[in-house]
Amino acid sequence: MKFTEDHEWIKIEGETALIGITAYAAKALGDVVFVEPPELGAEFSKGDDMAVVESVKAASDVYAPIDGEVVAVNERLADAPELVNQDPEGEGWFCKLKAANLEDVNGLMDRDSYIKFCDGL
Amino acid sequence: MVPFAGYDMPVQFEGVKAEHLWTRDKAGLFDVSHMGPCFLSLKTGLRPGDETAHRDIAQLVERLVPSDIQNLKPGQARLSVLLNDQGGILDDLIITRPSNTQKNGSLYVVVNGAVKEQDWALLEDKLGDLLTLERADQSHALMALQGPKAEQVLAKAVPEVQDLDFMQACEVSFLGHNMLISRLGYTGEDGFELLCPAEAAVICAEWILSDERVQPIGLGARDSLRLEAGLCLYGQDMDASRTPVEAGLAWTIQKSRRSRADFPGAPQILNQLENGPAARRVGIKPLGRAPAREGVQIFIGDKALGAVTSGGFAPSLGHPIAMGYIASEYGEPGTQIDLDIRGRRHAAEIVALPFIPAQYKRKRKTKA
Repeated sequence: MKFTEDHEWIKIEGETALIGITAYAAKALGDVVFVEPPELGAEFSKGDDMAVVESVKAASDVYAPIDGEVVAVNERLADAPELVNQDPEGEGWFCKLKAANLEDVNGLMDRDSYIKFCDGL
Repeated sequence: MVPFAGYDMPVQFEGVKAEHLWTRDKAGLFDVSHMGPCFLSLKTGLRPGDETAHRDIAQLVERLVPSDIQNLKPGQARLSVLLNDQGGILDDLIITRPSNTQKNGSLYVVVNGAVKEQDWALLEDKLGDLLTLERADQSHALMALQGPKAEQVLAKAVPEVQDLDFMQACEVSFLGHNMLISRLGYTGEDGFELLCPAEAAVICAEWILSDERVQPIGLGARDSLRLEAGLCLYGQDMDASRTPVEAGLAWTIQKSRRSRADFPGAPQILNQLENGPAARRVGIKPLGRAPAREGVQIFIGDKALGAVTSGGFAPSLGHPIAMGYIASEYGEPGTQIDLDIRGRRHAAEIVALPFIPAQYKRKRKTKA
């Protein structure tokens, strides 16, 4: 699993990449009440607004960690947005991208680097 | 912590939702020291026991607000609005007549933190020849204790609070410190605001928080609580472009003032009272799960009819809620509307305010 400075995680599974927000982000956002996932088939470049996560507090953008096309979204979040808080790096995944270039993930942080990054915030 | 109105303010402690529900169920302590408490007094001096001294200062303040200040009883507080010459709202404020008639000729006024400097400059500019304004925002802390257990908690140290009705205030000794306690708030719950000398603020806050029924509450829950209660946030739900009639605050203009028609913007406001405003503040219930926040446009079909001014998720109700302005003819509860959230239409409905019934303690019977 790799991490971005915007607190997304990305997990490579073959040609595709599963994406969500980190436990750190989920805790900082507080109670998630709504997730607006990307549309199936949508194509994103790294850094594009891809989805929106709304907590009681505020709406926050989720950015594409790599270039790719959306091949699946987590339909369960529509009725159970609290999964993002309960299991942010598992059941609370947002979407699956077909990576345009799998090597893009190499530039992202590993868990140790990400933990150090969060400690510095 | 976040910067807010020039102060570092806590957004949340345990979490917005948990703090919100705790306040509705038990009691929450809010540090609202960023607000603008001040005392106004006649330059010619107080006149202990003299009713005409209250009348004199009330008449001066009434030049800037549309509420009846003259008929305030000792210890009575009233919500009002500062108006510009077009009847636009410059701020909302609470004006309290001291409970002690020895202080006739003075008023306690609390304005919003974000605009306190300009409010006070306006008061100085318009009334400074005749009134002395003593700001109390540096010398004092302002705390709010809100929720169904607030009275029981506070009464352990200050039994006098049990005798206060909603919108009444008294001066008391709390842990040996002089304090001005008002029975009001910004949550829709029963509760109190305490103006406390700065040097006593920490000890008083710690005493209150030592009660297991009390938790500290941040700005996030303060916002969700007031939104459920249908209460306006200045700068969002009202501003200088809105009159009290449009903002649903016509009730702050008592009959006596309507008949005297002597407040700023009276022609515009009385005309709106007679004929109805073009737009008005309404409650909005999104029918799906997507919260509609400030700036979301309201449509019926292709017609843009207004915008959301405050919105979010209502923890006590379990669904999103919002307030906004809509063309008056579409403002009836039950009207079906669409909200444009990030380019997608979401169905919603106009609903009556408040979203949850207020729990204020009114007309307490005297104990035998």
